[in-house]
Amino acid sequence: MTFVRSPKDFWAGILFIAFGVAAVTIAYNYPLGTAGRMGPGYFPRGLGFIMIGLGSILSLRALKLAGGKIQFGSFKPLLIVLGSVLIFAVAAPTLGVIIATILLITISSTAAYDYRWKESIIAALAIATFTYAAFIWGLSLQLPVWPTFFR
Amino acid sequence: MELIANLGTGFGVALTFANLAYCFGGVLLGTLIGVLPGIGPVPTIAMLLPITYSLPPVSALIMLAGIYYGAQYGGSTTAILVNLPGESSSVVTCLDGYQMARQGRAGTALSVAAIGSFIAGTFATLVVASLAVPLAEVALKFGPAEYFSLMVLGLIAAVVLASGSLVKAIGMIVLGLLLGIIGTDVNSGLQRFSFGIPELSDGIGFVVVAMGLFGFAEIIINLEQVEKREIFTNKVEGLWLKWKDFKQALPAILRGTGIGSMLGILPGGGALLSAFASYTLEKKIAKDPSRFGKGAIEGVAGPESANNAGAQTSFIPLLTLGIPSNAVMALMVGAMTIHSIQPGPQVMTNNPQLFWGLIVSMWIGNVMLVILNLPLIGIWVKLLKVPYRLLYPAILLFCCIGVYSLQNNVFDVMMTAVFGLLGWIFVKLECEPAPLLLGFILGPMMEENLRRALLLSRGDWTVFATRPISAVMLGLAVILLLIIIAPSIRKKRAEAFQE
Repeated sequence: MTFVRSPKDFWAGILFIAFGVAAVTIAYNYPLGTAGRMGPGYFPRGLGFIMIGLGSILSLRALKLAGGKIQFGSFKPLLIVLGSVLIFAVAAPTLGVIIATILLITISSTAAYDYRWKESIIAALAIATFTYAAFIWGLSLQLPVWPTFFR
Repeated sequence: MELIANLGTGFGVALTFANLAYCFGGVLLGTLIGVLPGIGPVPTIAMLLPITYSLPPVSALIMLAGIYYGAQYGGSTTAILVNLPGESSSVVTCLDGYQMARQGRAGTALSVAAIGSFIAGTFATLVVASLAVPLAEVALKFGPAEYFSLMVLGLIAAVVLASGSLVKAIGMIVLGLLLGIIGTDVNSGLQRFSFGIPELSDGIGFVVVAMGLFGFAEIIINLEQVEKREIFTNKVEGLWLKWKDFKQALPAILRGTGIGSMLGILPGGGALLSAFASYTLEKKIAKDPSRFGKGAIEGVAGPESANNAGAQTSFIPLLTLGIPSNAVMALMVGAMTIHSIQPGPQVMTNNPQLFWGLIVSMWIGNVMLVILNLPLIGIWVKLLKVPYRLLYPAILLFCCIGVYSLQNNVFDVMMTAVFGLLGWIFVKLECEPAPLLLGFILGPMMEENLRRALLLSRGDWTVFATRPISAVMLGLAVILLLIIIAPSIRKKRAEAFQE
């Protein structure tokens, strides 16, 4: 798309329009009411239209005004960081917080450019101990600590 | 002397052993996390919030305020020693503070920052204490139309004063408002935007949004770059200010305090704007502006005082009107709601212990900052030496455990990951996430007040223009927008943010 002169603004505009359209379409099923007696659909639909308007201004302006390109680096940190968080989320209720902690630390560590696997395992064990001491024992958070089949 | 009596009540609350301990703990933890490079006050507060759940409301707020100041000051330490601003308000401190450190004057820079912050904090506490009562009285006269217009003004001011594209910032606010609506509608009981997911019927937690947008996204972005850190650690000595330095810095401290106290009160103001404004002023009035950027002590003293004063007085709109003026205050609203306190003018009358206790703790927190930071600087320096590859997994974990413990539900953890992804996209598209968080907190309040105002006027939109206070506020919002759209000022603003 060579006629887009400011890709950052253009895609931000598209994102806004997408959110706006989604809001308006979903809120279409909610009773609208009148200004004096607003239904649950009134405010979100209004906001959705504003969103679409703002997004359009942004995207159209991006065709005219020059601006920055979107800089993508490696996608590795994004995938590993969010992936390890999701693994934590899946592991914590069944395997317990301690094992989930070790998983999170060892997996997320690999995203660093200067990753050292031995170090990350030591760190995982140390932090897991800290987690137990500080959160479970110290703050007595009510979380599943060990795997369900263990308890 | 009502003020003294009120402060007396406050000291009575704040000086109990337990609350002093919580204040101390908050300042210590806040500094500890805040000193870590790349973590500003917003993720710090979000991360440490779970610790305060089990405390009584007064203690919880005192601790959170302590965490905030600690994080703020920790950020300055990092800025001076590593040239890595943990948060946007210490960007300014980097300019001259880091240069001072390079010249072997790190100790002087750190102590002038601490002393400046203390003087500013003391003054700003008095400002908060004396302005709160009259402002809360005004606020009690507000009807829904006034509140709605005030929120519009607040949100507009917040984006006008921020850097970057105006359209994008307003878009982020509206997106925040929309996200804030998710959940059960209070009037009709209808579930909006919940996609049939039961966890969404209570809406998305603000900690989830803040942690994802500010915490996770930040970590991912940091990991995409190979980091360069040059730390001036061996040279941290001379923590006692020389008389000559103090004399040079004092006028800047006092000016910074004044600017910060004023700008902090404005909606959208707070630490960031205050620091920028103070730096610009110091540079303007200096006899030799070329010294700035090369280790001028005024360039540290002014902004550091200003950001602390602004951080403090930004509590005024929150405590009197119930309206958060920046992202940190938005988190405070969330924290107060968790303890079932509805921020607003009624807090002062219904809950004077909490109100004055919090205000006095602000000052005590500042005392602790000075006592804590100067002797403990060696420990913070050691922390700065910990490589990022060891830090971020731990930060990630504390975020996850914090979010998980909110409701003991991993759905929140997954949602945080979703907001992490969204935050990453926003960074790539250069969209500031702070306005989104403000909109998110204000969304439900805005809808409620709009509904009520129009219900009272039987659907007549002119009510916002015919009620004088509301008209003035909307007028101000329009003027602000026009000013920013005017090209000449736009250019100036760009210059100011470039410095």
